[in-house]
Amino acid sequence: MALPKYTEPHYRIWHYFYLLICGCVFFFLIAPLFVIFPLSFNAEEFLVFSDGMKRLDPDAFSLRWYKDMIYGTKNPWGLAARNSFIIAIFATLGSIILGTLAALGLSSRHMPYKGLIMAILISPMIVPLIISGVAIFFFMAKVGLAATHLGIILAHIILGTPFVVITVTATLSGFDHSITRAASSLGSNPYNTFMKITLPLILPGVISGGLFAFVTSFDEVVVVLFLAGLDNTTIPIQMWTGLREQLSPTILAVATCLIILSVLILLTAELLRRRSERLRGINR
Amino acid sequence: MSSETGKILTTDGIPLEESLKQAEKKNKIKAFLLVAPLLLFLIITYMIPIGDMFSRSIDDKMVTNMLPKTYKAMENWDGKELPPEEVFEAFYLDYKILVKNKTAGKLQTQLNYEKNGFKSVLKKLARKQKKFEEGNYKEQIMKVHKRWRNVEYWRAIKRRAPSYTYSKYLKGVDMYSNEDGKIVQVSEDRRIHRILWIRTVEVAFFVTLFCFLMAYPIAHLLATLPMKYSNLLMICVLLPFWTSLLVRTASWMILLQQQGIVNDFFVWTGLVADDNRPEMMYNKTGTYVAMTQILLPFMVLPLYSVMKTISPSLMRAGKSLGATPAVAFFKVYFPLTIPGIGAGCLLVFILAIGYYITPALVGGASGTLISNQIAYHMKSTLDWSFASAMGLMLLTGVLAIYWIYNKLVGVDNIKLG
Repeated sequence: MALPKYTEPHYRIWHYFYLLICGCVFFFLIAPLFVIFPLSFNAEEFLVFSDGMKRLDPDAFSLRWYKDMIYGTKNPWGLAARNSFIIAIFATLGSIILGTLAALGLSSRHMPYKGLIMAILISPMIVPLIISGVAIFFFMAKVGLAATHLGIILAHIILGTPFVVITVTATLSGFDHSITRAASSLGSNPYNTFMKITLPLILPGVISGGLFAFVTSFDEVVVVLFLAGLDNTTIPIQMWTGLREQLSPTILAVATCLIILSVLILLTAELLRRRSERLRGINR
Repeated sequence: MSSETGKILTTDGIPLEESLKQAEKKNKIKAFLLVAPLLLFLIITYMIPIGDMFSRSIDDKMVTNMLPKTYKAMENWDGKELPPEEVFEAFYLDYKILVKNKTAGKLQTQLNYEKNGFKSVLKKLARKQKKFEEGNYKEQIMKVHKRWRNVEYWRAIKRRAPSYTYSKYLKGVDMYSNEDGKIVQVSEDRRIHRILWIRTVEVAFFVTLFCFLMAYPIAHLLATLPMKYSNLLMICVLLPFWTSLLVRTASWMILLQQQGIVNDFFVWTGLVADDNRPEMMYNKTGTYVAMTQILLPFMVLPLYSVMKTISPSLMRAGKSLGATPAVAFFKVYFPLTIPGIGAGCLLVFILAIGYYITPALVGGASGTLISNQIAYHMKSTLDWSFASAMGLMLLTGVLAIYWIYNKLVGVDNIKLG
């Protein structure tokens, strides 16, 4: 963004002012995340930087909250993590299967009532979560699935499918249907055509939709708050309880782990996006 | 024979048109079958339950079911004077069953909502009715408490006769229908819901505005910088986007607490005295700051994806035709970004208006929003029909915004990242 030499001084000043504003906004966006890292290594149980930490005294730092997170007595994090992963994995699988099938149908030009059906399929994304939570809770309570893993998984499939539908539909928008016809004309049955031709091409879209679904489920707290019983506690629920009652550094240790997880997910999503763009570029 | 030549036939002798129609139909069914599982799943587990919320919100069968005989007897009563003996008898019989089943408490609470002071009267009747003799119940009931001679109490019972009600919706905007059936406002000190609605819209509006003001410059920077720099800066937007909402809320709780870093900074710069640190959390300030940061990526991403498509040569053309940079920006660049602004604002406003977690954690009493009230009634008071009514009012608002947006800008494909 170097300015040309002929720029007049007051535009130059305006330009640097603009860069300064941008810098401040980026700082505002990213800085809060970095407060958590150092404080999670605090040797004391206060959530402020101790004098020792400010002097970078090694004694002021410790891993005690990470130990507490893993080995702590009566600690809820092990169970919560297991539940969170089980629920998120099954919810993602369900979302991927239902969402991909629906996206394939929706992108067919023979599909009747496309607009209406699309509106229904992505409605869980538009309706405020609290309302979805209330409605889903009523349903699960009626069929006796409240406070069960299955109930929460189904709820998260509802919330996760719109992402898969949207990403896969977007991938399919650049999809050349003549190649599936070519496959059929060469004697491939529809199942083989899907597995060998269509799926590999739309896979980036499917996986990035799946990532959205996974994160939605893994991070979801509003609906789970209504649905979960004592046995179905998840990481977000434990964090919610912890944040409401008292902020302990153990929560920060968990938060640090979650940030690392989100960095990994971000990297995967970015790689997939680029791959998908490259693949679609070839198709055109 | 010659008329037949107009139609093109397929090899099996069927007219091509018909054959094509059949094939189309087959394709239609095939496409629909692919969508069907998800569609059915969503209709059963999601659309119908939302409809169910509506029937729940107007449902008022509780009292009707508890006093079946009374309401049957009341059908012929005009409500002007005290009801006749048969109503008293029916009420006595209904109430006797309720006391026996130990469900009289529910009726007492429900009727007390309708008319203050009903609870004590009913409780007294529950004790005395055991000694009632057969016949002339009107006299006996009226002897228990003088309020039974007041026709207002009987009218209160009659008002609960219909098995549906819109009173929950009235309650949602701090109104109720009074003894004469007129719709009036509740007394001034009890108007809590209207404050909450106004505050919710206000918070959503300002959060959207702040997000827009902050997102526009950085989206512009990201769209105009060379790829290798913008990719790096994009991480600053995407990392918070992918990070758990609770983690981000937790970091704001640490930053904004009284001994927190933001306050430390203010003290260090001398803006505030050390012993007079401002309260920045558990009030509206906390809600605004945290929600703006959390929702900012949802504004940046749509803006960015629109700005990316605007060719820089347009601005140069404007300038070469004599526009100052400011004029070129407002006449050329800004109008082209309006679809992105629309999408971002819609997304942020709709997310903000239904926000629950962050206001509940950093909002305190003066920062809570309508969603918190819905959750409170779902989890604490268990007044599910009221929670449903408020939820549907909120949903109507969201759909209205969506509809207006669709009319003004048009709903394109919502882009993610």
